[in-house]
Amino acid sequence: MKTKVALTGNEAVAQAMKQINPDVVAAYPITPQTEIVQIFSSFVANGEVDTEFIAVESEHSAMSAAIGAAAGGARAMTATSSQGLALMFEVVYIAASMRLPIVFPVVNRALSGPINIHCDHSDAMGLRDSGVIQLFSENAQEAYDNMIQAVRIAEHPDVRLPVMVNMDGFITSHAMDVLEVLDDETVRNFVGTYVPEDYLLDAKNPISMGNFDMYDFYFEHKRQQVEAMKAAREIIKEVGKEFAKISGREYGLIEAYKLDDADVAVVVLNSAAGTAKGVADELRAKGIRAGVLKPRVYRPFPQDEIREALKGVKAVAVMDRAETFSTCGGPMFADIRNTLYDLKNDIKVVNYIYGLGGRDLRLEHVEQVFEDLENIRKTGRVDETVKYLGLRD
Amino acid sequence: MGKVLEVRWHARGGQGAKTAALMLAEAVAEMGKYVQGFPEYGPERMGAPIQAFNRISDEPIYIHSNVINPDIVMVLDPTLIGKANVTQGVPEDGIYIVNTTKTPAEVREMLGIKGGKIYTLDANQISLETIGRPIPNTPMMGAFVRATGIIPFDQFMAHMKELLAKKFKSKPEVIEGNLKAIERAYQEVKAE
Repeated sequence: MKTKVALTGNEAVAQAMKQINPDVVAAYPITPQTEIVQIFSSFVANGEVDTEFIAVESEHSAMSAAIGAAAGGARAMTATSSQGLALMFEVVYIAASMRLPIVFPVVNRALSGPINIHCDHSDAMGLRDSGVIQLFSENAQEAYDNMIQAVRIAEHPDVRLPVMVNMDGFITSHAMDVLEVLDDETVRNFVGTYVPEDYLLDAKNPISMGNFDMYDFYFEHKRQQVEAMKAAREIIKEVGKEFAKISGREYGLIEAYKLDDADVAVVVLNSAAGTAKGVADELRAKGIRAGVLKPRVYRPFPQDEIREALKGVKAVAVMDRAETFSTCGGPMFADIRNTLYDLKNDIKVVNYIYGLGGRDLRLEHVEQVFEDLENIRKTGRVDETVKYLGLRD
Repeated sequence: MGKVLEVRWHARGGQGAKTAALMLAEAVAEMGKYVQGFPEYGPERMGAPIQAFNRISDEPIYIHSNVINPDIVMVLDPTLIGKANVTQGVPEDGIYIVNTTKTPAEVREMLGIKGGKIYTLDANQISLETIGRPIPNTPMMGAFVRATGIIPFDQFMAHMKELLAKKFKSKPEVIEGNLKAIERAYQEVKAE
């Protein structure tokens, strides 16, 4: 049974966590993630879930406790944002290398300094090389759906990796939105019971985990993590197809919006993809063949799908909500440009940094991007590769 | 994408504009429409000017920007007129719903606009008399329903009753007052 409800992104994620009913949740509150933990802890207090809730004193401890629980054989979760994720940094790598299927929502927020509580993706981008799977969500619906699928992806025997489910701070987390939620039983059946293969509390099969690993095997273990990431590509698609059967909403690695015949395209993550789609629709009505590519999965990077989706496009703008300070553009720009290189199609790829620290992305900003792309397409000339949107001169 | 109705709320921190925007979204969503309700989060201080937004549509809404060109402007605090650019970006036929003791004609002069439609109500007095405190947010919703006709009033009240019961589980004594405030606002709002 499906029910249409009005929820904020945080409420939707907390609802998904309630329906998943994990064994352990260890978390520390941070704006704009706080409500997830607050709402979920009320489910715990009211006996609506069986979860052991651990109120820890920091995010480093939150992920550490989740690692301990997962290594012990439990289905474990945490949740964080920004500085919290930054403080978690070293332990996230450990969760990934120990191959622990910890699912954790990250409500994207700018990193200090200057101190700021609003949305950008610098927190998630900081962990993009940590070995966790990264899913991105355009709205509350996708955040809810991604959470449920994340459990299956993380725990798949070929994968066994942590999954970070991203959604935009405030824009998605605190906005009332309409979405369809599934009933508890459907979700319960979909995520199933977690049966860990190897775990510390298995008395019959005593093992040790998180061992010292020198030049003799460290390299091989890292290579295995890459294999797990490669496997995740297929598993994510399989889980997405299966999810369609219970929800009517299918998920792949990317969403290709009106790209089939597109001349110009924008590549963008999370809520801004919605805004870009709205603008693309308006431009289509004026005869401009505009499209939008939204990577749903950023790690592993869906190279083949992106290449296929953009092969016919003449000019592409990658919109990054994070800075790299490489002075050569944002993080996703580098990935996309690299991906398109082998096509040898002479696709012009430019970069726009936007929305840092929660700067509003307006329709006219996206219109400007498409207008620039049209000029590039017509003249074949790129004047400036990296630009900043909605920034004071 | 179909026509999206866009709403911008102007208020001061503590007047309940965020709550009203989110509750309005919930109540309108109950009737099967697609909605968004979100505040502009700044430094949250009592009394500081704030904005909140709604989008309402019959089709899914993609846009996630702030509302720049609202069809409807809700002013919870009349002292913001002239200070918070309440007319900025509003089309000629825009609708203003203002919590004030002044008449629509007086507000029109204050706003300095010719076109559009202006609704006024004394939401502070209404909430004082019904809820016992000057919190103008719920009466403003009554005025909104009257001004837009977006949802039949009885239906709206039924949804609000449910939502208020959920929100005020721990203090049910305020539910009746809030409902009365919405109803009085619906009846007492003046238009020009």
